[in-house]
This record gives sequence, C-alpha cells and structure tokens, in this order.
Amino acid sequence: MSGKPIRILAIESSCDETAAAVVEDGRKVISNIISSQIDIHTLYGGVVPEIASRKHTERICQVVEEALKAADMTIADVDAVAVTYGPGLVGALLVGVSYAKGLAFAAQKPLIGVHHIEGHISANYIDHPELEPPFPCLVVSGGHTHLVRVKDYGEYEVLGRTRDDAAGEAFDKVARAIGLGYPGGPKIDAVSDEGNPEAIAFPRAKVADSVYDFSFSGLKSAVLNYLNSCNMSGTEVNRADVAASFQKAVVDVLVEHAMTALEEGGEKTFALAGGVASNRHLRKAFEEACAKRGIAFYRPAPIFCTDNAAMIGAAAYYEYIKGVRHGLDLNAVPNLKLGERI
Amino acid sequence: MNLIALDSSGQTATVALVSDGVLLGEYTINHKKTHSQTLMPMLQTLCDAAEYDLQTTDAIAVAAGPGSFTGLRIGAAAVKGMAQALDKPVIAVPTLEGLACQFYGTEQFICPIMDARRAQIYSGIYRFSQEGCGVRMHTVAEEAALPMTEQIERLNALGEKVIFLGDGVEVHRQVITEQMQVPYLLAPLHKRLQSAGSVATRAIMMLEEGKAPVEAGAFAPEYLRPSQAERERAEKLGAE
Repeated sequence: MSGKPIRILAIESSCDETAAAVVEDGRKVISNIISSQIDIHTLYGGVVPEIASRKHTERICQVVEEALKAADMTIADVDAVAVTYGPGLVGALLVGVSYAKGLAFAAQKPLIGVHHIEGHISANYIDHPELEPPFPCLVVSGGHTHLVRVKDYGEYEVLGRTRDDAAGEAFDKVARAIGLGYPGGPKIDAVSDEGNPEAIAFPRAKVADSVYDFSFSGLKSAVLNYLNSCNMSGTEVNRADVAASFQKAVVDVLVEHAMTALEEGGEKTFALAGGVASNRHLRKAFEEACAKRGIAFYRPAPIFCTDNAAMIGAAAYYEYIKGVRHGLDLNAVPNLKLGERI
Repeated sequence: MNLIALDSSGQTATVALVSDGVLLGEYTINHKKTHSQTLMPMLQTLCDAAEYDLQTTDAIAVAAGPGSFTGLRIGAAAVKGMAQALDKPVIAVPTLEGLACQFYGTEQFICPIMDARRAQIYSGIYRFSQEGCGVRMHTVAEEAALPMTEQIERLNALGEKVIFLGDGVEVHRQVITEQMQVPYLLAPLHKRLQSAGSVATRAIMMLEEGKAPVEAGAFAPEYLRPSQAERERAEKLGAE
C-alpha cells in the first residue's frame, strides 16, 4: 500500500467474547484483546444470552482501552471504528453496536458495521499478504457451518450451510453425552488422540438435494443411539473411540464438500475459518487433502480462529476502502445473511 | 457545566443537552421503534439543532435502571462509548429518581411505576422537601421490583396524597382506581413518561449532594433483577 496506513479500531461482541483490536491495512494486527466469559457460561452448560450481554456491558470499555493502549494509540489516532452487527445473539450484538456508535459519534470517526462470518473468513488475510480472492472457504464454529466461495473482497456466494446443527454445536452435544463437558470441541479434539477413529461406523450424512449443504443432527442422534444401546446391553463405552469416530465422521464430510467445491470452481487456494478451524484433526485432514491436490491451504492462527476483533478489523478495511460507512441508526441484525448489506 | 442526558429504560427514547444551567433542548419520542435505531440519531439531531459542541461536555447523565434490560444496555453502552471517547465521567441516575424529578418540589409522595412484566412493577416512593431556596429529595421506599398491589398497600398505610407516573400507570390504572384509599393523581401527559431533562435535573442534584460521577469503565446498569438463568440456578442450588 502506498500512502498513510489505514488503522481501524474493531469491536466484537456477538457471543461470549468481548474483543477489541487495532488492525492496519486489513492485514497487520497492531493489538488484539479478547476477554472471554467462558468460565461463567460453563456453569450453565452453554452461553446464556442475558448474562453475556451484561458481561459485555461491564467489560467493553476496558477491552477497548487495552487494545488502544497496546497499540500505543488513542481513539483520535484511528481512521475508523468497526463493529460486528450480525449474526449473533441480539442482546450481545447490541452492546458492541451501541458502544461503537457512541464512540464513533463522540470521536467523530467513520463507523463500519461488519458481518461476523465475513470477519472469520477475513482472518485468513491476517499475516498472509499473498492471499487474495477468489477462493472457497469453509467456516466452522459453534454457531455456523458455511461453505462459501469468496469471489472478491466483500463478495460472497454461499455454496452450502448446515440444515440443522452447526458442526461446533454437534461437538458440544456429543461431548456432553459422553461426559466431557463444555465446550465440547477442544475436549473431543484432545480425547480423540487416544481413540480409534474407525472403531464405530457413524453415518456420513448427505443432504438429498444439495451436494454442499450439511446435516449433523443425524450423526449426533447416531452417537446418542450408540451410547444408549451400549447402556442397555451393559457394554462399556470407550469414550476416546466414540469421540474419535464421531470427529472423523464430521471431518470426512467437511473435507469432501470442500474438495467438491474446489473441483467445481478450479481454484488453487482454499481457506478454513471459525472456532472449529483450531481442531487439530480437522486441520490435518485439510492439509493432507489440499496437499494431495496441489492446493495452497490457508488457515488463521488459532488466536484468530476463535471469536476476536482483529478479524473484524481485517474485513472492515476492505469495506472502508470501498467507501462503506454506516449511520448512527446501525442496528444489530441477529440473522444477518452472508454478503447481505443493511 | 455542560451535560448530555439520556434515558432508554422504557419504550420512551429521550435525550437532552444542558449548558450552564440552560436546558438547550430535549428530544423525546414515545414510539415502538427500537432504541438502537433511534437514540443516537436523535442525539445527533439535537446536537446539530442546538449547535452543541460535544467536546465541551463535562459529564454524561444516564438513566441507569431499573428498566428494560435491553433498553438499559443500549443507553449504557452508547454512554460508555461517548464518555470514553470524550474522557468524561458518567452520572448514573436511578431511573425512578429521574422520573420522580418531573415533580420536583411538590409536596405529595411521588410514586413512579414502571411495568416490569411477570406481574411486577419497578417502583419506589419519593418526596421533596423545600429547605430555604433549595429542594431535597428523600426516599420513602427504596426502588424494587414488586407487585403493584404491594406498593398500593404501602401507600395506603403511609396515608398521604400521591402522584403516580410512569408507563405502569396505564397498565395498572384499574387496580389503582379500585384499591387506592388515599387521594392520588395520575401524572398528566407531558409528565407521565421518562424525560432526559428530568434525568439531567436529578444528575445535577446528585452532584450537589456530593455523589461522585463514575468513570465510563466502571459504569453498568442497575437491573434490580438477576437473569432468569441465574435465578433458576440459585433456586436449584438452594433446593439441593
């Protein structure tokens, strides 16, 4: 980039992480602060929206202050304020959106609303200056499972999505069923190391009318049925085998759909994003599948896979240079669609 | 002293600007459109109309609760953002005290009632006393979430004239009519609901009473109620 760098203060509060970051020219993270509420929500076995909203309200000033301080900047030094305005928990989103509007208004800075999933996808731009659209991207997290073709910056085509549970949700439910607790993803990932992924034949669900859509509720039921039948017959359950076999079933489907998209689109680049992208078995499967086909494989560093604001700053930069600005009537949109602009 | 004041605790969205003892302007809308879409544009419109320079602000006053959880947070988060950007403190005005100040200086008991759903109201009982040329506000009954009938019983026992105001008046008009045994008034239209001007009045009184404003980071709404999940968990733990 020529000229003065563009620095964006980004804010994210769509679920249970209160986060703020300063990002330069969409790719360089100057600071990245994440305040997680997971300890509180673990008491309830999942995210409680009202508690999340209250905690965001308590934490947001400190998190932003830390992000600016770590960047050695004040609000006057930033070029714009960006905030996640959907999708997510409406009460949680409203805290970030309302706060960002107050901050942008009083500091007289442009305001940019960002789509949370576009943020996850854009996390791949961080520290990867050579990565440019077009490329297909698989976004997998606790709330989202999207296979997306990134056509250009800010231009997306959704190829497939889950018809029922998100992949991360299935991890949480299965983890609970085998007594691993919340959050399920990292726990299943860890315990799978000791299990045999071929031990139990769980189904690889297909959606009849779409090659790209996902369905994980059948798989989840198959795991629950398996546990139930073991229970009935008095067979001891090998939790590691169940975890490894379940995880393999999820990973197989994700990889297969992504490789189909690559074959169809002919791109030579593929990216993974979202909280579940930190799953080691998933990463390894994608690394191998991509290597076999000569595809350059991208994934964000783990700190940018989880919900964070740096990814929002990355996505916001490309909106900023296109001239996108939001007014003070910006609202939280809990069901905001990918690529949609409100 | 220059103040920005706002209240988004109920359906009313209201913003006001005060400059050196003058209410520069107040903008109040009682409409169902969400505060997230209306509150900040209203403030911007008001600042433009009053040619108000944000940088001259000394403090931001906000109705801090009780009220709608979401409404309170929209106001609180916006105020925290502004206060942080301006590096100015927040004056957290209890919503019911802000409402009560609509009847600043009157002799009756003031009873603001806000509909709190689940068959309850948020309410307190206040009265003013004139001391010389000044007025002091006294709390007769602390703010609480309680059934309307309980507050009526209390007022009947106190045995003095009362003025009711707040969005709970319409909801509970019938029970008030049926059960109140002491003379009462229902606030007229222009003093019935939240007013940011009244929040500003209470904020200035609080400063005069020596109540210190808080830093943006330390401010959080006063909900008066835990979340449903917390309540259910406490009940479960208590039962075990």
